[in-house]
Amino acid sequence: MEGWDRTTKSTLTQIPLLSVKAGPRDGSAWTQRLKEEYKALIAYTSMNKSNDNDWFRISATNPEGTHWAGKCWYVHNLLKYEFDLQFDIPVTYPATAPELELPQLDGKTQKMYRGGKICLTVHFKPLWAKNCPRFGIAHALCLGLAPWLAAEIPILVDSGMIKHKDDAASSIESS
Amino acid sequence: MEAELKNLLSDLHALEDSLRDPTHHSLIDKMRSRVERLSVMENSRVVQRVKIKDMSAEVVDSNPYSRLMALQRMGIVDNYERIREFSVAIVGIGGVGSVAAEMLTRCGIGRLLLYDYDKVELANMNRLFFRPEQAGMTKTDAAVQTLSDINPDVVLESYTLNITTVQGFETFMSSLNNKSFRPDKEGSGVDLVLSCVDNYEARMVVNQACNELSQTWMESGVSENAVSGHIQLLVPGETACFACAPPLVVASGVDERTLKREGVCAASLPTTMGVVAGLLVQNTLKYLLKFGNVTPYLGYNALKDFFPTMEMKPNPQCSNAACLEKQKEYALAKPARDAAARAKMEVEISLEPECLHEDNDWNISVVDDSDVQVSSTSSGALPEGLVFELPSADEFQKPSVSEETTNTVDDLEDLRRQLEALNAD
Ligand SMILES: [Zn+2]
Repeated sequence: MEGWDRTTKSTLTQIPLLSVKAGPRDGSAWTQRLKEEYKALIAYTSMNKSNDNDWFRISATNPEGTHWAGKCWYVHNLLKYEFDLQFDIPVTYPATAPELELPQLDGKTQKMYRGGKICLTVHFKPLWAKNCPRFGIAHALCLGLAPWLAAEIPILVDSGMIKHKDDAASSIESS
Repeated sequence: MEAELKNLLSDLHALEDSLRDPTHHSLIDKMRSRVERLSVMENSRVVQRVKIKDMSAEVVDSNPYSRLMALQRMGIVDNYERIREFSVAIVGIGGVGSVAAEMLTRCGIGRLLLYDYDKVELANMNRLFFRPEQAGMTKTDAAVQTLSDINPDVVLESYTLNITTVQGFETFMSSLNNKSFRPDKEGSGVDLVLSCVDNYEARMVVNQACNELSQTWMESGVSENAVSGHIQLLVPGETACFACAPPLVVASGVDERTLKREGVCAASLPTTMGVVAGLLVQNTLKYLLKFGNVTPYLGYNALKDFFPTMEMKPNPQCSNAACLEKQKEYALAKPARDAAARAKMEVEISLEPECLHEDNDWNISVVDDSDVQVSSTSSGALPEGLVFELPSADEFQKPSVSEETTNTVDDLEDLRRQLEALNAD
Protein backbone atom coordinates (compact mmCIF):
# COMPACT_ATOMS: atom_id res chain seq x y z
CA MET A 1 0.00 0.00 0.00
CA GLU A 2 2.44 2.54 -1.20
CA GLY A 3 1.24 6.12 -1.48
CA TRP A 4 -1.10 6.33 1.48
CA ASP A 5 -0.59 7.94 4.85
CA ARG A 6 -0.61 5.93 8.04
CA THR A 7 -4.10 7.01 9.19
CA THR A 8 -5.73 6.05 5.89
CA LYS A 9 -3.99 2.69 6.00
CA SER A 10 -5.01 1.86 9.55
CA THR A 11 -8.61 3.05 8.96
CA LEU A 12 -8.86 1.01 5.79
CA THR A 13 -7.82 -2.20 7.49
CA GLN A 14 -10.66 -1.79 10.00
CA ILE A 15 -13.45 -1.54 7.40
CA PRO A 16 -15.04 -4.98 6.90
CA LEU A 17 -14.19 -6.56 3.55
CA LEU A 18 -16.90 -7.70 1.13
CA SER A 19 -17.11 -11.06 -0.62
CA VAL A 20 -20.00 -11.13 -3.09
CA LYS A 21 -18.87 -10.21 -6.60
CA ALA A 22 -22.10 -8.80 -7.99
CA GLY A 23 -23.29 -5.63 -9.69
CA PRO A 24 -26.68 -3.96 -10.02
CA ARG A 25 -27.71 -6.21 -12.94
CA ASP A 26 -27.11 -9.42 -10.99
CA GLY A 27 -30.48 -9.79 -9.27
CA SER A 28 -30.42 -11.52 -5.89
CA ALA A 29 -26.62 -11.61 -5.81
CA TRP A 30 -26.72 -7.80 -5.90
CA THR A 31 -29.06 -7.80 -2.90
CA GLN A 32 -26.47 -9.89 -1.04
CA ARG A 33 -23.75 -7.46 -2.11
CA LEU A 34 -25.90 -4.53 -1.00
CA LYS A 35 -26.18 -6.04 2.47
CA GLU A 36 -22.42 -6.25 2.66
CA GLU A 37 -22.15 -2.64 1.48
CA TYR A 38 -24.44 -1.54 4.30
CA LYS A 39 -22.52 -3.52 6.89
CA ALA A 40 -19.24 -1.96 5.78
CA LEU A 41 -20.74 1.54 5.73
CA ILE A 42 -22.28 1.07 9.17
CA ALA A 43 -18.97 -0.14 10.58
CA TYR A 44 -17.03 2.69 8.92
CA THR A 45 -19.47 5.41 10.03
CA SER A 46 -19.52 4.10 13.62
CA MET A 47 -15.74 3.92 13.64
CA ASN A 48 -15.45 7.51 12.40
CA LYS A 49 -17.86 8.70 15.06
CA SER A 50 -16.07 6.97 17.89
CA ASN A 51 -12.71 8.33 16.63
CA ASP A 52 -14.19 11.82 16.47
CA ASN A 53 -13.57 11.83 12.74
CA ASP A 54 -17.11 11.83 11.40
CA TRP A 55 -16.90 13.25 7.86
CA PHE A 56 -19.71 12.02 5.59
CA ARG A 57 -23.35 10.97 5.34
CA ILE A 58 -24.45 8.72 2.51
CA SER A 59 -27.64 6.81 1.68
CA ALA A 60 -29.09 5.04 -1.29
CA THR A 61 -31.76 7.21 -2.94
CA ASN A 62 -33.53 4.37 -4.75
CA PRO A 63 -34.69 0.92 -3.58
CA GLU A 64 -32.30 -0.81 -6.02
CA GLY A 65 -29.36 0.82 -4.26
CA THR A 66 -27.82 2.06 -7.52
CA HIS A 67 -27.82 5.80 -6.81
CA TRP A 68 -26.37 7.26 -3.63
CA ALA A 69 -26.41 10.78 -2.29
CA GLY A 70 -25.39 12.60 0.84
CA LYS A 71 -22.84 15.05 2.17
CA CYS A 72 -19.21 15.15 3.07
CA TRP A 73 -17.26 17.79 4.92
CA TYR A 74 -13.74 18.82 5.73
CA VAL A 75 -12.41 21.02 8.51
CA HIS A 76 -9.70 23.49 7.53
CA ASN A 77 -8.41 26.19 9.91
CA LEU A 78 -11.19 25.28 12.34
CA LEU A 79 -13.87 25.98 9.75
CA LYS A 80 -16.13 23.27 8.36
CA TYR A 81 -16.65 23.11 4.59
CA GLU A 82 -19.55 20.92 3.51
CA PHE A 83 -20.38 19.58 0.04
CA ASP A 84 -23.05 17.49 -1.64
CA LEU A 85 -21.82 14.04 -2.56
CA GLN A 86 -23.38 11.66 -5.08
CA PHE A 87 -22.54 8.70 -7.27
CA ASP A 88 -24.03 5.86 -9.30
CA ILE A 89 -23.11 2.22 -8.98
CA PRO A 90 -21.79 1.37 -12.45
CA VAL A 91 -23.14 -1.69 -14.28
CA THR A 92 -19.65 -3.23 -14.16
CA TYR A 93 -19.35 -2.79 -10.36
CA PRO A 94 -17.37 -4.01 -8.44
CA ALA A 95 -14.83 -4.54 -11.24
CA THR A 96 -14.88 -0.76 -11.59
CA ALA A 97 -15.23 1.65 -8.69
CA PRO A 98 -18.08 4.17 -8.41
CA GLU A 99 -17.13 7.62 -9.72
CA LEU A 100 -17.60 9.97 -6.78
CA GLU A 101 -19.10 13.35 -7.63
CA LEU A 102 -19.03 16.67 -5.77
CA PRO A 103 -21.25 18.69 -8.14
CA GLN A 104 -20.81 21.98 -6.25
CA LEU A 105 -17.09 21.94 -7.00
CA ASP A 106 -17.48 21.25 -10.74
CA GLY A 107 -15.26 23.63 -12.66
CA LYS A 108 -13.46 24.93 -9.56
CA THR A 109 -10.49 22.61 -9.62
CA GLN A 110 -8.32 20.89 -12.18
CA LYS A 111 -8.44 17.72 -10.10
CA MET A 112 -11.88 16.94 -11.37
CA TYR A 113 -13.47 15.50 -14.47
CA ARG A 114 -16.66 16.85 -16.09
CA GLY A 115 -19.74 16.78 -13.92
CA GLY A 116 -17.76 17.12 -10.70
CA LYS A 117 -16.26 13.64 -10.68
CA ILE A 118 -13.18 13.69 -8.52
CA CYS A 119 -9.87 12.77 -10.08
CA LEU A 120 -8.42 9.93 -8.04
CA THR A 121 -4.74 9.44 -7.37
CA VAL A 122 -2.60 7.10 -9.43
CA HIS A 123 -2.66 4.80 -6.41
CA PHE A 124 -6.42 4.34 -6.15
CA LYS A 125 -7.35 2.39 -9.26
CA PRO A 126 -4.56 -0.19 -8.97
CA LEU A 127 -5.48 -0.90 -5.35
CA TRP A 128 -9.18 -1.15 -6.21
CA ALA A 129 -8.45 -3.53 -9.11
CA LYS A 130 -6.21 -5.67 -6.92
CA ASN A 131 -8.84 -5.96 -4.21
CA CYS A 132 -11.91 -6.66 -6.36
CA PRO A 133 -14.47 -7.67 -5.02
CA ARG A 134 -13.39 -7.07 -1.42
CA PHE A 135 -13.58 -3.28 -1.56
CA GLY A 136 -16.94 -1.53 -1.52
CA ILE A 137 -18.44 1.95 -1.21
CA ALA A 138 -16.93 2.49 2.26
CA HIS A 139 -13.46 1.69 0.93
CA ALA A 140 -13.96 4.02 -2.04
CA LEU A 141 -14.85 6.85 0.34
CA CYS A 142 -11.89 6.09 2.63
CA LEU A 143 -9.31 5.66 -0.13
CA GLY A 144 -10.74 7.99 -2.76
CA LEU A 145 -12.72 10.84 -1.26
CA ALA A 146 -10.99 11.37 2.10
CA PRO A 147 -7.48 11.90 0.65
CA TRP A 148 -8.95 14.04 -2.15
CA LEU A 149 -10.66 16.38 0.31
CA ALA A 150 -7.52 16.56 2.45
CA ALA A 151 -5.42 17.52 -0.56
CA GLU A 152 -7.80 19.80 -2.44
CA ILE A 153 -9.95 21.67 0.09
CA PRO A 154 -7.04 23.58 1.71
CA ILE A 155 -5.88 24.65 -1.76
CA LEU A 156 -9.39 25.69 -2.82
CA VAL A 157 -9.90 27.65 0.40
CA ASP A 158 -6.49 29.33 0.36
CA SER A 159 -6.85 30.33 -3.27
CA GLY A 160 -10.31 31.78 -2.59
CA MET A 161 -12.09 29.40 -4.97
CA ILE A 162 -14.39 28.34 -2.15
CA LYS A 163 -15.55 30.39 0.79
CA HIS A 164 -16.87 29.33 4.16
CA LYS A 165 -20.65 29.76 4.28
CA ASP A 166 -20.54 32.39 7.10
CA ASP A 167 -17.80 34.18 5.22
CA ALA A 168 -19.69 34.09 1.97
CA ALA A 169 -22.77 35.55 3.66
CA SER A 170 -20.82 38.40 5.25
CA SER A 171 -19.03 39.24 2.03
CA ILE A 172 -22.39 39.53 0.28
CA GLU A 173 -23.66 41.86 3.04
CA SER A 174 -20.61 44.06 2.89
CA SER A 175 -20.64 44.43 -0.87
CA MET B 1 -34.82 34.90 -43.35
CA GLU B 2 -35.31 34.68 -47.11
CA ALA B 3 -39.05 35.37 -46.79
CA GLU B 4 -38.37 38.32 -44.45
CA LEU B 5 -36.01 39.88 -46.99
CA LYS B 6 -38.58 39.42 -49.76
CA ASN B 7 -41.24 41.16 -47.63
CA LEU B 8 -38.85 43.99 -46.95
CA LEU B 9 -38.33 44.46 -50.70
CA SER B 10 -42.06 44.65 -51.40
CA ASP B 11 -42.47 47.12 -48.49
CA LEU B 12 -39.81 49.29 -50.07
CA HIS B 13 -41.63 49.08 -53.36
CA ALA B 14 -44.90 50.16 -51.75
CA LEU B 15 -43.13 53.00 -49.95
CA GLU B 16 -41.61 54.21 -53.21
CA ASP B 17 -45.02 54.24 -54.89
CA SER B 18 -46.65 56.17 -52.08
CA LEU B 19 -43.94 58.83 -51.95
CA ARG B 20 -44.67 61.85 -54.07
CA ASP B 21 -41.34 63.49 -53.44
CA PRO B 22 -38.83 61.92 -55.90
CA THR B 23 -35.84 63.16 -53.87
CA HIS B 24 -36.27 60.17 -51.55
CA HIS B 25 -36.12 57.66 -54.41
CA SER B 26 -32.36 57.43 -54.50
CA LEU B 27 -32.31 56.52 -50.84
CA ILE B 28 -34.91 53.82 -51.42
CA ASP B 29 -32.83 52.46 -54.32
CA LYS B 30 -29.84 52.27 -52.03
CA MET B 31 -31.88 50.38 -49.44
CA ARG B 32 -33.16 48.03 -52.11
CA SER B 33 -29.66 47.11 -53.27
CA ARG B 34 -28.61 46.50 -49.68
CA VAL B 35 -31.49 44.08 -49.20
CA GLU B 36 -30.58 42.32 -52.43
CA ARG B 37 -27.00 41.93 -51.28
CA LEU B 38 -28.20 40.50 -47.97
CA SER B 39 -30.34 37.92 -49.72
CA VAL B 40 -27.39 36.84 -51.89
CA MET B 41 -25.27 36.42 -48.76
CA GLU B 42 -28.03 34.48 -47.08
CA ASN B 43 -28.42 32.14 -50.04
CA SER B 44 -24.73 31.33 -50.20
CA ARG B 45 -24.74 30.58 -46.46
CA VAL B 46 -27.41 27.89 -46.43
CA VAL B 47 -26.35 25.90 -49.47
CA GLN B 48 -26.52 22.30 -48.41
CA ARG B 49 -25.94 19.48 -50.79
CA VAL B 50 -28.83 17.18 -51.58
CA LYS B 51 -28.81 13.52 -50.71
CA ILE B 52 -27.20 11.19 -53.23
CA LYS B 53 -28.94 7.92 -53.98
CA ASP B 54 -26.09 5.90 -55.48
CA MET B 55 -22.38 6.41 -55.07
CA SER B 56 -20.87 7.29 -58.41
CA ALA B 57 -17.27 6.85 -59.52
CA GLU B 58 -17.58 9.69 -61.99
CA VAL B 59 -14.76 12.19 -61.50
CA VAL B 60 -16.51 15.55 -61.50
CA ASP B 61 -16.04 18.30 -58.95
CA SER B 62 -19.61 17.90 -57.72
CA ASN B 63 -19.26 14.22 -56.77
CA PRO B 64 -18.20 13.84 -53.10
CA TYR B 65 -17.50 10.14 -53.55
CA SER B 66 -15.31 10.09 -56.66
CA ARG B 67 -11.99 9.80 -54.80
CA LEU B 68 -13.36 7.10 -52.53
CA MET B 69 -14.78 5.07 -55.40
CA ALA B 70 -11.34 5.34 -57.02
CA LEU B 71 -10.13 2.92 -54.33
CA GLN B 72 -12.19 0.32 -56.12
CA ARG B 73 -10.76 1.19 -59.57
CA MET B 74 -7.26 0.92 -58.15
CA GLY B 75 -7.99 -2.51 -56.74
CA ILE B 76 -7.54 -1.58 -53.07
CA VAL B 77 -11.16 -2.26 -52.19
CA ASP B 78 -13.46 -4.76 -53.91
CA ASN B 79 -16.74 -3.00 -53.36
CA TYR B 80 -16.52 0.44 -51.79
CA GLU B 81 -20.23 1.15 -52.04
CA ARG B 82 -20.92 -1.53 -49.44
CA ILE B 83 -19.91 1.10 -46.88
CA ARG B 84 -23.49 2.42 -47.09
CA GLU B 85 -24.81 -0.81 -45.58
CA PHE B 86 -22.73 -0.52 -42.42
CA SER B 87 -23.70 0.84 -39.03
CA VAL B 88 -21.00 1.94 -36.62
CA ALA B 89 -21.63 2.91 -33.00
CA ILE B 90 -19.22 5.45 -31.51
CA VAL B 91 -19.17 5.63 -27.72
CA GLY B 92 -17.65 8.87 -26.47
CA ILE B 93 -17.75 11.90 -28.81
CA GLY B 94 -14.64 13.58 -27.44
CA GLY B 95 -11.26 14.30 -28.99
CA VAL B 96 -11.02 10.87 -30.65
CA GLY B 97 -14.68 9.92 -31.15
CA SER B 98 -15.75 13.16 -32.83
CA VAL B 99 -12.87 12.99 -35.32
CA ALA B 100 -13.58 9.31 -36.00
CA ALA B 101 -17.23 10.24 -36.61
CA GLU B 102 -16.22 12.96 -39.08
CA MET B 103 -13.89 10.58 -40.95
CA LEU B 104 -16.58 7.91 -41.26
CA THR B 105 -19.13 10.53 -42.31
CA ARG B 106 -16.84 11.79 -45.06
CA CYS B 107 -16.28 8.18 -46.15
CA GLY B 108 -20.04 7.83 -46.60
CA ILE B 109 -20.73 5.30 -43.84
CA GLY B 110 -24.35 4.12 -43.80
CA ARG B 111 -25.28 4.90 -40.24
CA LEU B 112 -23.61 6.28 -37.14
CA LEU B 113 -24.86 5.89 -33.59
CA LEU B 114 -23.33 8.51 -31.28
CA TYR B 115 -23.21 8.20 -27.48
CA ASP B 116 -22.09 10.84 -24.98
CA TYR B 117 -23.54 12.62 -21.95
CA ASP B 118 -21.22 15.61 -21.98
CA LYS B 119 -21.56 19.15 -23.28
CA VAL B 120 -19.18 21.02 -25.57
CA GLU B 121 -17.00 23.46 -23.62
CA LEU B 122 -14.46 26.08 -24.60
CA ALA B 123 -11.93 23.92 -22.78
CA ASN B 124 -12.37 21.39 -25.61
CA MET B 125 -11.16 23.81 -28.28
CA ASN B 126 -7.59 22.50 -28.22
CA ARG B 127 -9.04 19.44 -29.93
CA LEU B 128 -10.47 19.00 -33.41
CA PHE B 129 -14.06 19.01 -34.68
CA PHE B 130 -16.18 21.11 -32.30
CA ARG B 131 -16.46 24.88 -32.87
CA PRO B 132 -16.56 27.62 -30.21
CA GLU B 133 -20.13 28.60 -31.10
CA GLN B 134 -21.23 25.06 -30.18
CA ALA B 135 -20.19 25.55 -26.54
CA GLY B 136 -23.08 24.60 -24.28
CA MET B 137 -24.66 22.17 -26.75
CA THR B 138 -24.56 18.45 -25.97
CA LYS B 139 -21.70 16.82 -27.84
CA THR B 140 -24.14 14.49 -29.57
CA ASP B 141 -26.35 17.36 -30.84
CA ALA B 142 -23.38 19.44 -31.92
CA ALA B 143 -21.91 16.44 -33.75
CA VAL B 144 -25.18 15.74 -35.57
CA GLN B 145 -25.35 19.41 -36.59
CA THR B 146 -21.88 19.36 -38.17
CA LEU B 147 -21.98 15.83 -39.58
CA SER B 148 -25.36 16.19 -41.30
CA ASP B 149 -24.05 19.34 -43.00
CA ILE B 150 -20.93 17.54 -44.20
CA ASN B 151 -22.76 14.50 -45.53
CA PRO B 152 -26.57 14.31 -45.44
CA ASP B 153 -26.48 10.73 -46.76
CA VAL B 154 -25.35 9.36 -43.40
CA VAL B 155 -28.11 8.25 -41.03
CA LEU B 156 -27.25 9.76 -37.66
CA GLU B 157 -28.64 8.68 -34.30
CA SER B 158 -27.64 10.49 -31.16
CA TYR B 159 -27.93 9.21 -27.61
CA THR B 160 -27.27 11.68 -24.83
CA LEU B 161 -26.73 9.30 -21.92
CA ASN B 162 -24.20 7.80 -19.54
CA ILE B 163 -23.73 4.15 -20.46
CA THR B 164 -22.27 3.22 -17.06
CA THR B 165 -25.57 3.74 -15.21
CA VAL B 166 -28.11 0.93 -15.10
CA GLN B 167 -30.65 2.91 -17.12
CA GLY B 168 -28.12 4.22 -19.64
CA PHE B 169 -26.81 0.71 -20.17
CA GLU B 170 -30.27 -0.62 -21.00
CA THR B 171 -30.81 2.06 -23.64
CA PHE B 172 -27.29 1.42 -24.97
CA MET B 173 -27.99 -2.31 -25.35
CA SER B 174 -31.40 -1.87 -26.98
CA SER B 175 -30.08 0.73 -29.43
CA LEU B 176 -27.28 -1.64 -30.50
CA ASN B 177 -29.85 -4.39 -30.99
CA ASN B 178 -32.24 -2.31 -33.08
CA LYS B 179 -32.20 -3.70 -36.63
CA SER B 180 -34.56 -1.32 -38.40
CA PHE B 181 -31.71 0.04 -40.59
CA ARG B 182 -30.95 -3.40 -42.07
CA PRO B 183 -33.49 -5.98 -40.89
CA ASP B 184 -31.74 -8.90 -42.64
CA LYS B 185 -28.44 -8.34 -40.79
CA GLU B 186 -27.24 -11.20 -38.60
CA GLY B 187 -26.35 -10.59 -34.97
CA SER B 188 -26.89 -7.13 -33.50
CA GLY B 189 -28.02 -4.05 -35.38
CA VAL B 190 -24.50 -2.63 -35.76
CA ASP B 191 -21.41 -3.86 -37.59
CA LEU B 192 -18.85 -2.42 -35.23
CA VAL B 193 -18.67 -0.55 -31.95
CA LEU B 194 -15.88 1.98 -31.49
CA SER B 195 -14.98 2.84 -27.91
CA CYS B 196 -13.61 6.37 -27.79
CA VAL B 197 -14.15 7.00 -24.09
CA ASP B 198 -11.51 8.41 -21.80
CA ASN B 199 -11.79 6.17 -18.75
CA TYR B 200 -11.44 2.57 -17.64
CA GLU B 201 -14.94 2.40 -16.15
CA ALA B 202 -16.69 3.21 -19.43
CA ARG B 203 -14.43 0.83 -21.39
CA MET B 204 -15.42 -1.97 -19.05
CA VAL B 205 -19.06 -1.15 -19.75
CA VAL B 206 -18.56 -1.26 -23.54
CA ASN B 207 -16.75 -4.58 -22.99
CA GLN B 208 -19.71 -5.90 -20.99
CA ALA B 209 -22.23 -4.93 -23.66
CA CYS B 210 -20.15 -6.33 -26.53
CA ASN B 211 -19.45 -9.60 -24.72
CA GLU B 212 -23.15 -10.07 -24.06
CA LEU B 213 -24.06 -9.25 -27.68
CA SER B 214 -21.11 -11.14 -29.22
CA GLN B 215 -20.31 -7.83 -30.88
CA THR B 216 -16.92 -7.12 -32.43
CA TRP B 217 -15.55 -3.78 -31.24
CA MET B 218 -12.47 -1.62 -31.26
CA GLU B 219 -11.02 0.11 -28.28
CA SER B 220 -9.03 3.33 -28.50
CA GLY B 221 -7.25 5.44 -25.97
CA VAL B 222 -4.91 8.34 -25.46
CA SER B 223 -2.82 8.50 -22.30
CA GLU B 224 -3.52 11.20 -19.73
CA ASN B 225 -0.14 12.77 -20.52
CA ALA B 226 -1.19 13.04 -24.20
CA VAL B 227 1.98 11.50 -25.62
CA SER B 228 0.87 7.94 -26.29
CA GLY B 229 -2.19 6.07 -27.46
CA HIS B 230 -3.41 2.76 -28.81
CA ILE B 231 -6.14 0.95 -30.70
CA GLN B 232 -7.24 -2.63 -30.10
CA LEU B 233 -9.57 -5.07 -31.87
CA LEU B 234 -11.79 -7.18 -29.62
CA VAL B 235 -13.76 -10.15 -30.94
CA PRO B 236 -15.68 -11.81 -28.09
CA GLY B 237 -14.50 -15.39 -27.56
CA GLU B 238 -11.73 -15.09 -30.15
CA THR B 239 -9.43 -12.41 -28.77
CA ALA B 240 -8.84 -11.28 -25.22
CA CYS B 241 -11.71 -9.17 -23.93
CA PHE B 242 -11.03 -5.93 -22.07
CA ALA B 243 -11.40 -7.72 -18.72
CA CYS B 244 -9.23 -10.75 -19.66
CA ALA B 245 -6.07 -8.95 -18.62
CA PRO B 246 -5.36 -5.61 -17.01
CA PRO B 247 -5.53 -2.83 -19.62
CA LEU B 248 -2.40 -2.42 -21.75
CA VAL B 249 -0.87 0.98 -22.24
CA VAL B 250 2.08 2.19 -24.22
CA ALA B 251 4.96 3.10 -21.95
CA SER B 252 5.82 6.74 -22.44
CA GLY B 253 9.50 5.82 -22.62
CA VAL B 254 10.49 8.54 -20.19
CA ASP B 255 11.14 8.02 -16.53
CA GLU B 256 7.67 7.96 -14.95
CA ARG B 257 9.00 9.75 -11.87
CA THR B 258 9.84 12.81 -13.93
CA LEU B 259 6.23 13.09 -15.11
CA LYS B 260 4.53 15.75 -13.04
CA ARG B 261 1.00 14.65 -12.23
CA GLU B 262 0.24 17.12 -9.48
CA GLY B 263 -2.38 19.76 -10.07
CA VAL B 264 -4.01 18.38 -13.20
CA CYS B 265 -6.09 15.39 -14.22
CA ALA B 266 -5.26 15.09 -17.87
CA ALA B 267 -3.47 16.82 -20.72
CA SER B 268 -4.56 16.54 -24.34
CA LEU B 269 -3.18 17.30 -27.79
CA PRO B 270 -5.13 17.51 -31.06
CA THR B 271 -2.21 15.76 -32.76
CA THR B 272 -2.14 12.58 -30.66
CA MET B 273 -5.94 12.39 -30.68
CA GLY B 274 -6.03 12.91 -34.44
CA VAL B 275 -3.39 10.20 -34.98
CA VAL B 276 -5.29 7.72 -32.81
CA ALA B 277 -8.62 8.57 -34.49
CA GLY B 278 -6.93 8.05 -37.86
CA LEU B 279 -5.51 4.67 -36.84
CA LEU B 280 -8.87 3.65 -35.44
CA VAL B 281 -10.88 4.56 -38.53
CA GLN B 282 -8.24 3.06 -40.82
CA ASN B 283 -8.62 -0.23 -38.98
CA THR B 284 -12.40 0.18 -39.12
CA LEU B 285 -12.39 0.64 -42.91
CA LYS B 286 -10.09 -2.36 -43.36
CA TYR B 287 -12.34 -4.45 -41.15
CA LEU B 288 -15.61 -3.40 -42.81
CA LEU B 289 -14.46 -3.28 -46.44
CA LYS B 290 -12.13 -6.28 -46.09
CA PHE B 291 -8.80 -4.98 -47.32
CA GLY B 292 -5.29 -5.18 -45.85
CA ASN B 293 -4.59 -6.59 -42.41
CA VAL B 294 -6.82 -5.61 -39.53
CA THR B 295 -4.50 -4.94 -36.61
CA PRO B 296 -5.24 -6.70 -33.32
CA TYR B 297 -3.37 -4.05 -31.31
CA LEU B 298 -1.40 -1.01 -32.35
CA GLY B 299 0.30 1.30 -29.90
CA TYR B 300 1.66 4.79 -30.56
CA ASN B 301 4.47 6.30 -28.55
CA ALA B 302 4.66 9.93 -29.66
CA LEU B 303 7.91 10.70 -27.85
CA LYS B 304 9.85 7.94 -29.58
CA ASP B 305 7.76 7.44 -32.73
CA PHE B 306 7.41 3.82 -31.80
CA PHE B 307 4.41 1.66 -32.80
CA PRO B 308 4.31 -1.62 -30.84
CA THR B 309 1.89 -4.34 -31.94
CA MET B 310 0.77 -7.57 -30.31
CA GLU B 311 -1.97 -10.16 -30.13
CA MET B 312 -3.79 -11.34 -27.04
CA LYS B 313 -5.68 -14.60 -26.63
CA PRO B 314 -8.66 -14.78 -24.29
CA ASN B 315 -8.02 -15.65 -20.68
CA PRO B 316 -9.79 -18.92 -19.68
CA GLN B 317 -9.95 -17.51 -16.15
CA CYS B 318 -11.46 -14.18 -17.22
CA SER B 319 -13.57 -12.59 -14.48
CA ASN B 320 -16.28 -11.69 -17.01
CA ALA B 321 -18.92 -14.43 -17.25
CA ALA B 322 -20.13 -13.36 -20.72
CA CYS B 323 -16.53 -13.58 -21.99
CA LEU B 324 -16.20 -17.18 -20.77
CA GLU B 325 -19.46 -18.05 -22.48
CA LYS B 326 -18.23 -16.62 -25.80
CA GLN B 327 -14.92 -18.45 -25.42
CA LYS B 328 -16.85 -21.70 -25.11
CA GLU B 329 -18.96 -20.91 -28.18
CA TYR B 330 -15.83 -20.03 -30.16
CA ALA B 331 -14.17 -23.33 -29.21
CA LEU B 332 -17.30 -25.27 -30.21
CA ALA B 333 -17.34 -23.62 -33.64
CA LYS B 334 -13.73 -24.63 -34.37
CA PRO B 335 -14.43 -27.58 -36.76
CA ALA B 336 -16.71 -25.44 -38.93
CA ARG B 337 -14.16 -22.61 -38.92
CA ASP B 338 -11.32 -24.94 -39.94
CA ALA B 339 -13.36 -26.38 -42.80
CA ALA B 340 -14.19 -22.90 -44.08
CA ALA B 341 -10.53 -21.84 -43.86
CA ARG B 342 -9.42 -24.95 -45.78
CA ALA B 343 -11.98 -24.33 -48.52
CA LYS B 344 -10.89 -20.69 -48.81
CA MET B 345 -7.22 -21.65 -49.00
CA GLU B 346 -7.87 -24.16 -51.79
CA VAL B 347 -9.60 -21.49 -53.84
CA GLU B 348 -6.74 -19.06 -53.24
CA ILE B 349 -4.06 -21.58 -54.21
CA SER B 350 -5.78 -22.36 -57.51
CA LEU B 351 -6.01 -18.64 -58.27
CA GLU B 352 -2.47 -17.74 -57.24
CA PRO B 353 -0.06 -16.89 -60.06
CA GLU B 354 3.10 -19.01 -60.35
CA CYS B 355 5.46 -16.74 -58.47
CA LEU B 356 5.15 -13.15 -57.48
CA HIS B 357 8.84 -12.45 -56.87
CA GLU B 358 10.57 -14.20 -59.75
CA ASP B 359 13.77 -12.26 -59.51
CA ASN B 360 14.67 -10.03 -56.66
CA ASP B 361 16.81 -7.37 -58.29
CA TRP B 362 16.52 -5.02 -55.38
CA ASN B 363 17.78 -7.49 -52.85
CA ILE B 364 14.76 -6.97 -50.68
CA SER B 365 14.06 -9.58 -48.08
CA VAL B 366 10.76 -11.26 -48.76
CA VAL B 367 10.65 -13.16 -45.50
CA ASP B 368 7.15 -13.04 -44.09
CA ASP B 369 7.53 -10.75 -41.11
CA SER B 370 4.67 -12.44 -39.32
CA ASP B 371 7.29 -14.96 -38.23
CA VAL B 372 8.98 -12.44 -36.02
CA GLN B 373 5.86 -10.86 -34.66
CA VAL B 374 5.56 -11.17 -30.94
CA SER B 375 2.49 -13.01 -29.91
CA SER B 376 1.56 -13.16 -26.30
CA THR B 377 -1.13 -14.73 -24.20
CA SER B 378 -2.73 -12.73 -21.46
CA SER B 379 -0.42 -14.26 -18.89
CA GLY B 380 2.76 -14.13 -20.96
CA ALA B 381 5.45 -11.50 -21.17
CA LEU B 382 4.58 -8.27 -22.96
CA PRO B 383 6.40 -6.97 -26.01
CA GLU B 384 8.76 -4.07 -25.55
CA GLY B 385 7.10 -0.74 -25.02
CA LEU B 386 3.85 -2.03 -23.52
CA VAL B 387 2.92 -2.19 -19.87
CA PHE B 388 -0.15 -3.15 -17.87
CA GLU B 389 -1.98 -0.14 -16.50
CA LEU B 390 -3.56 -1.95 -13.54
CA PRO B 391 -2.73 -5.06 -11.52
CA SER B 392 -4.89 -8.20 -11.69
CA ALA B 393 -7.26 -8.92 -8.82
CA ASP B 394 -5.58 -10.93 -6.10
CA GLU B 395 -6.65 -14.52 -5.70
CA PHE B 396 -8.90 -14.76 -2.74
CA GLN B 397 -10.98 -17.42 -1.03
CA LYS B 398 -14.65 -16.85 -0.55
CA PRO B 399 -15.50 -17.05 3.12
CA SER B 400 -17.30 -20.27 3.89
CA VAL B 401 -21.07 -20.21 4.26
CA SER B 402 -20.94 -20.87 8.00
CA GLU B 403 -18.93 -17.71 8.50
CA GLU B 404 -21.55 -15.79 6.54
CA THR B 405 -24.45 -16.95 8.72
CA THR B 406 -22.78 -15.84 11.95
CA ASN B 407 -23.66 -12.26 11.05
CA THR B 408 -26.25 -11.01 13.45
CA VAL B 409 -28.31 -8.93 11.05
CA ASP B 410 -29.03 -10.06 7.52
CA ASP B 411 -32.06 -8.12 6.47
CA LEU B 412 -31.57 -5.35 3.93
CA GLU B 413 -34.25 -3.09 5.42
CA ASP B 414 -32.75 -3.50 8.89
CA LEU B 415 -29.32 -2.59 7.61
CA ARG B 416 -30.69 0.44 5.78
CA ARG B 417 -32.41 1.62 8.96
CA GLN B 418 -29.22 1.13 10.95
CA LEU B 419 -27.24 3.32 8.55
CA GLU B 420 -30.00 5.95 8.58
CA ALA B 421 -29.92 5.97 12.38
CA LEU B 422 -26.19 6.61 12.27
CA ASN B 423 -26.73 9.27 9.62
CA ALA B 424 -29.37 11.00 11.71
CA ASP B 425 -27.02 12.43 14.32
ZN1 LIG C 1 -12.41 -11.87 -21.00
